[in-house]
Formats: sequence, structure tokens, C-alpha cells
Amino acid sequence: MTLEGLRKLREEKQQALAQRDAGEGSIEVIIGMGTCGIAAGAKETFSAMVDEISRLRLGNVVVKQTGCMGLCASEPSVEVVVPGMPGVVYGKVDAAIGRRIVNSHIVKGELVGEYLFDKPAADIMK
Amino acid sequence: MHASLCDQLADLVQNALEAGATRVTLRVAETVGRLDVAVGDNGCGMSEAVQARALDPFYSDGRKHPNRRMGLGLAFLRQMVEATGGGLELRSAVGTGTDVRFWLDARHVDMPPMGDWGATLTGMMAFPGDYELEIERRRGDQGYRIRRSELIEALGELETATSLAMARDYVASQEEALTMRKGQGHGSNDT
Repeated sequence: MTLEGLRKLREEKQQALAQRDAGEGSIEVIIGMGTCGIAAGAKETFSAMVDEISRLRLGNVVVKQTGCMGLCASEPSVEVVVPGMPGVVYGKVDAAIGRRIVNSHIVKGELVGEYLFDKPAADIMK
Repeated sequence: MHASLCDQLADLVQNALEAGATRVTLRVAETVGRLDVAVGDNGCGMSEAVQARALDPFYSDGRKHPNRRMGLGLAFLRQMVEATGGGLELRSAVGTGTDVRFWLDARHVDMPPMGDWGATLTGMMAFPGDYELEIERRRGDQGYRIRRSELIEALGELETATSLAMARDYVASQEEALTMRKGQGHGSNDT
């Protein structure tokens, strides 16, 4: 594939991309990609969540990365911020749990309770 | 030690971005039996005293997490280098940036797997902020080059899952083309 091919592919998928602008506010998925997250498999989580969000054509979801959120013992960690809901942090999110979070939290507004932390580690909060 | 080379590369680029770099270069070159990697950035850099401790897993500069005393990224790199008969050079200057170079014996029995190039390189491009990342990947006399600015120009942004998936597929296609050319006599596993 060339960059020109990539531009054409984008045009073909423009409708899905345009949904982002039509939404009432973006949902943010933020994946911890520090040393601890990477070592625990955060890239696989990133890839799985991108695939699931893309498969479901959720154009109002943005996927971001950040460094260590302080939950090194519970990596990979993922923060989900849905407008109108409190922002929450999930721990030990492998690819399968990442897909569950997309289908449950993002699509249905239902938390995936057993992987939930309420916020980043207290000693690194600003 | 990280599970794959790609994990280590992701860690090094994330280090560069956390150092405030606006320009990062990553070069990965394979020749028969040898892998050379260079990561350069124009971030805040390190003093000689900090450089002397940067490979210590129980040292962190404390800026990110003042109460933590761990810094495993470069320690993992040193472990990988020592385990595979390679070498490591760290050059840095405060206010100028940091260059990390390492090389590995690609035929060593403890050489880690390469990992997922598509997800790794796309992940490196997808951190928030305005920065340029140039990646040069070579195998023998073949290779490809990817710039973050060009991907963003082609895709409009690198935040939605749709554009990230397309970027990942584009990177994977470049790597796949390089792998297909491997039969022409280059590559770390050629005998």
C-alpha cells in the first residue's frame, strides 16, 4: 500500500470518519503505554480495542495513549471517559477485556465491574 | 526484559516523547546476523550524572512520579543487549536531546521475537501532541520510511479507531513487503 492508496482508503471510509463530527461529544479511551503497560501487553489491548471500535463503526470514540498511570501491578490499564458518566480506570485489561469494555461500557453504558479502578494511583494524582 | 523487540522500541520512543521531544527519529536496520537500532530525540536530555544512573532499574529522575523510584525502560534494554551479545551507547546533553544506539546479534538464541510492527509503529505515532516521528526501517539494501506528518496528512488525524486501523494496516503492508523481499538474500534469519 502507498500513501496515495491510504488517502483513497480514507475517502472510502469517509462516512465512518464523519460520524465523529456528528456526535454530541467524543468518548475517550486512553491506554497506558509506559514501560509497565508495554511489558504487560498494552499494545495488544490497543490493537484489539481499535479493531472492535472500528468494527462497530463507533466514529465518536477517540483512542489515545499515555504513559504510566501508576497502576503498574494492574497493567494494562485503560481509562474510559464517556460524556455524562464519571471517568473510570480499568486494570488488567487484556485484548478480550478490552473488547468487553467497548461493547459494555462504551456501547451500553454498563461498567465492567470486576476490572474497575476508580482513578489513577493516589500517589501520582496531581 | 521486554517480550519483543517492538515492545522495547515502543518504550524508547515513549521515553523520548515524555522528555518533551518534538522531533524523534527511529532507525532499525537488519543485515545478516545483526540488528542495529538508533533512537534520537530533541527532548530535554540528561546530565552526565543522570546518564550514569539511567540504566539502573532502581533509579528514576522523579519528574513524572515523584514518589516512585523505578525506571525499567533502559534497564530492560541493557538486559536485552547483555543477553544477546550486543552493545549499547547512550549520548545525551541537557537541552539538546538524547541518542540511544544499540546493536544485537540477531542469530543469538536469546534474541527476542520482532513483535507486531503495525501496532507498534502506529502506537508510536498516536501519542497526543505536536511532534514529528520519522521511522526508517531497513533490511539489507531494502527498506521503507514513514513520517508521522505524512500519515496525518493522508488520514486527517490519528485518533479515531478507523484512522488508527488504516495506519496500522499501512505500516503492516510496508513491513510485509519488506519480509517478502527477504528471500532475496537479506534478513536476520538468513543462513
